Amino acid sequence: MSAVDQQALFQFLLRMGDNTLVLGHRVSEWCGHAPVLEEDIALANTALDLIGQTQFWLGLAGEVEGKGQDADALAFRRDVWDFRNFLICEMPNGDFGQTLMRQFLFDAWASVTLAHLQTSSDERVAGIAAKASKEVAYHLERSADTVVGLGDGTEESHKRMQAALEYLWPYVGEMFVSDDVDTAMVAAGIAPDPASLRAEYDAIITRVLTQATLDIPQSAFAHKGGRDGSIHTEHLGHLLTSMQWLQRVYPDASW
Amino acid sequence: MTQLAEHPPIDQIWDWLHAVPDPEIPVISLTDLGIIRDVAYDGDTLVVTVTPTYSGCPATSIINLDIETALRDQGIQNIRLKQQIFPPWTTDWLTPEGAEKLEKYGIAPPTAAGGPKRCPHCGGANLEKLSQFGSTPCKAQWKCTDCLEPFDYFKCI
Ligand SMILES: [Zn+2]
Repeated sequence: MSAVDQQALFQFLLRMGDNTLVLGHRVSEWCGHAPVLEEDIALANTALDLIGQTQFWLGLAGEVEGKGQDADALAFRRDVWDFRNFLICEMPNGDFGQTLMRQFLFDAWASVTLAHLQTSSDERVAGIAAKASKEVAYHLERSADTVVGLGDGTEESHKRMQAALEYLWPYVGEMFVSDDVDTAMVAAGIAPDPASLRAEYDAIITRVLTQATLDIPQSAFAHKGGRDGSIHTEHLGHLLTSMQWLQRVYPDASW
Repeated sequence: MTQLAEHPPIDQIWDWLHAVPDPEIPVISLTDLGIIRDVAYDGDTLVVTVTPTYSGCPATSIINLDIETALRDQGIQNIRLKQQIFPPWTTDWLTPEGAEKLEKYGIAPPTAAGGPKRCPHCGGANLEKLSQFGSTPCKAQWKCTDCLEPFDYFKCI
């Protein structure tokens, strides 16, 4: 058995942590703005779980990197080109329906991926996956219920959910594109090949979107570049200016 | 290693920790909640292993502070808090005593069925879910259609 490529493992962990960090921050933007109190609380709790998972993933990433960076340093001291999240995570919230559609498309990926990661050869990865899986099961239940409720709701809510699905669909493909980092993770038994998870994912979303009376777009075109940092959307820079503002203005500030 | 004899026994430490309330639901203690996984001496240092309920639970740092304060008050000098996330915390670790205290306080305890058994206020069985999430990450919001009161349900995970 060859030694695990630490650089590839670091990249893999950044991808996991940046997904939850960027999406968690996006979801937190709803705090105080959701249509009803229960939804406000639900969104804030989801964001909290995602940020908590980020602390585990990025904490481990910093450890693996071995340069003394903790989760905060990785979250607040990197710029756009260093981020490794899926583009879908940085997409704007749009209306409530679009936010929940994005959440559903992500939750379905997370639930499938984390289930596989629980048998990772790296027990630290398996441990985080076991913890996060329990939370994601709740997230998925709620986002799927909401997608069905709004998709199969009024004429207006149906129209908005269909539009949200069409807007976000080109960002789904990126979740299942494999590269060298994935090849190294598969070889080391640390993580599954993303491409191999597509069938499980499709089974979940087809069931829910059909129940929601929504048409799944046929196009296989996928925007890519988030996972390897080659191209992010213009939205990520705006998100970071708000998320990292305090640490940029007052480096090392703590409370 | 004769020095070890001067340390308070482990059972005593558990008793002290049993008196430390959960900062968000103060009617139950940290041991009722089942988040203290281990207490052991590593030489002169007392190591307390704690597991978070939810990854992002904002009470985690307060809980660590409360443990440290409680043990220092008992004269323990060297304390190390260790975070352990595996195996992940489950509501199965909530003690029966803890579940009883929750219900008396107005929070329906977790059940394997995934929903509250009865209204913690009137004992009614006609219940409906208001939201998957409640006032803290560990709770959901439910309503009793008998007495019309809303209540928190401690989610089963
Ligand atoms: Zn009642």
